[in-house]
Amino acid sequence: MSEPLIIDARDMYYRELNQIIRDKVREGVTHFRLLNVNGQRYIGAGLTREVFIEVFGVAGQDLGIFMKGPTIVVYNNAQDCVGNTMEGKKVVVHGMAGDVCGYGMRGGKLHILGDVGYRVGIHMKTYKDMVPVIIVGGKAGDFFGEYMAGGVLILLNLWDNDSRPMVGDYLATGMHGGTIYIRGEVAPYLMGKEVGQVEVTPEDEALLRDLLEDYCRDFSRYGLDPQEILNQPFTKLVPVSSRPYGKVYAY
Amino acid sequence: MLYDSVFVFPNFEVERNYERCIVCKACVQQCTFDATFYLPYRGRVVSKDTNCVGCRRCEAICPTGAIKIRRYQGEFKENAYWTPRDLKDLYKQAEQGGVILTGGGNDRPYPIYWDHILLDACQVTNPSIDPLREPMELRTYLGRKPDRVEIEYNDEGEPELKTRIGPNLVAEVPVIFAPMSYGALNLNMHRAEAAAAKAMGTYWNTGEGGLHRELYPYGDHTIVQVASGRFGVHAEYLQVSAAMEIKIGQGAKPGIGGHLPGGKVDEEISKTRMIPVGSDALSPAPHHDIYSIEDLRQLIYALKEATNYEKPVSVKIAAVHNVAAIASGIARAGADIIVLDGFRGGTGASPAIVRDNVGIPIEMALAAVDQRLRDEGIRNWVSIIAAGGIRNSGDVIKAVALGADAVYIGTAALLAVGCTLCHKCYTGKCAWGITTNDPYIAKRLNPEIAAERLTNLLKAWAHEMKEMLGLMGINAIESLRGNRLRLRAVGLTREEMDILGILPAGA
Repeated sequence: MSEPLIIDARDMYYRELNQIIRDKVREGVTHFRLLNVNGQRYIGAGLTREVFIEVFGVAGQDLGIFMKGPTIVVYNNAQDCVGNTMEGKKVVVHGMAGDVCGYGMRGGKLHILGDVGYRVGIHMKTYKDMVPVIIVGGKAGDFFGEYMAGGVLILLNLWDNDSRPMVGDYLATGMHGGTIYIRGEVAPYLMGKEVGQVEVTPEDEALLRDLLEDYCRDFSRYGLDPQEILNQPFTKLVPVSSRPYGKVYAY
Repeated sequence: MLYDSVFVFPNFEVERNYERCIVCKACVQQCTFDATFYLPYRGRVVSKDTNCVGCRRCEAICPTGAIKIRRYQGEFKENAYWTPRDLKDLYKQAEQGGVILTGGGNDRPYPIYWDHILLDACQVTNPSIDPLREPMELRTYLGRKPDRVEIEYNDEGEPELKTRIGPNLVAEVPVIFAPMSYGALNLNMHRAEAAAAKAMGTYWNTGEGGLHRELYPYGDHTIVQVASGRFGVHAEYLQVSAAMEIKIGQGAKPGIGGHLPGGKVDEEISKTRMIPVGSDALSPAPHHDIYSIEDLRQLIYALKEATNYEKPVSVKIAAVHNVAAIASGIARAGADIIVLDGFRGGTGASPAIVRDNVGIPIEMALAAVDQRLRDEGIRNWVSIIAAGGIRNSGDVIKAVALGADAVYIGTAALLAVGCTLCHKCYTGKCAWGITTNDPYIAKRLNPEIAAERLTNLLKAWAHEMKEMLGLMGINAIESLRGNRLRLRAVGLTREEMDILGILPAGA
């Protein structure tokens, strides 16, 4: 990997920080290391080139929004809307992430080590070979996978270090595409009425293994083992219909 | 009790003059609603009135003028309270148990304030101007304007603008084609809008269904929309545009989302929206990353960051009760343009109950927002686009005098290419080839001819607007903006005039 361009973001307004990144990307820099990041928004927004951005500190809102090319690794927590309307490549968060992560995401991967907030993975969509993937290592809040239209959403609950349920209410309500895999059992009352539980097939297991291997590689320092994760059975949720609201109308 | 289909009470009847009919069957071939049939054993074309939607396609196409579409003559017992429409809708719901859909704009007899406002003209003092012989300026800049302008002098002693002015759209005519998505419309209509916008030096708006790659060359004249479903929204889509618009609401259906039925999502629409063929395209009611003005600011600046602060960002809201306060928040959130969509605004599909009962008139919303932003000293931060039921250039001029910088036209643009307001857009069967993506029917809309008609419309309106400016002694539309002294009211209450900020005729 190329020598990183180091930027000290201490006391730097997000606009200045992102302007430097945009200018340097245009100049051909492919590896950034941002130090002392403290909530600066929009890191990686709209970037289409394949660059590598390391973030030390807490990444602000809309990390990687609209982006297509970059791989971003955050060695801390990230705020809300990580990977908002994202098109490709990857965001790895070595910590927790806030609400509405992966909203309208249509490609690339979001690997979160810890918990996430409300409305994560809502309205994700698939288009041809673009299949977005979100893997959450911890727990998730209400409306996980709401309106989901495509892609793969995985909830692992690896840490389980408090008494909260691993997922909130209204799980996948309005879902009309894609697949949700949740490690462990989910009480049916948490699920939206547009979603149904189906058997995990060998194909699902192969897909999960593939995705979890990549996830565990990103978090290798924590000694995660895909096989160990897979040892506990998963709950698979799929939409009941690709047209959940087709019968609402009179003609 | 009615056991048969509720459609036993038709809305229209197809009157056929068999003396004139030559049995060419053109009407059979043109009717997309199965209201016309050929009966071989009788050698005759006949009608099923209950299927007729009153679009008048057959009447227009009949080479011998044999067809007249009339309102159905059969009548319910006279009732000033329960209208035939109420009865038929109720029967339909009792049978099917569903939400009644409609297309187009609110057609109910609510007051039309445009028609209670009259323009001033010059007489004797302050001579009027003849636009045929004197320069007349319609050019409009849309976007944030600085609070003050500073000038500095260069080495040669010439003045230069020191203040950096943010990105603005430049419209040669302050009339822009309203957001109507690819999906609700077909690609031929988008082609026509793009070409006409370019020809007239104005803009068109993609709506929320993405921009077909074929139309990327028209990017400089394209406003791209970012709505709650985020269909077809990606970095390139934003970067190719002239401006970006966050769609919060729509005048025809404030506060609700949209459902493009999976049946309408064909190969090309799938490509542009970036969703699988045949899957429902659901737009949630709110943007789930926007629950507050602060969140709105977050998305506005995300769009600016993604496009290097080179393009204005517009925010479109439906005209609702608190519109002035909301608009102030939008201006303070960093938007460059605010679009206000009144309750007459059209739609490809909306529950009829919402379209017919929600929102407020654009005239009131516009006047209230303009006044509020002036009172707060931030009117220059944003441009205002008025939308929702602009019917003619008179409405445009009145809108500008009430405070609009420009207007959107949606329904008017569709009328220009053949729409007859049958309000069946949601069926996907538009016999005029406008709101259908059936490739066979969509061919009825020739994009070149449609572009020419749209261009003609804007040319005609531009000329009329110049005439109206001239008769008021004004030579630039800038000078009319918010100039409510040039308006007078007839038949309005004191309160209505106060909100509109205009005096009664004679005062």
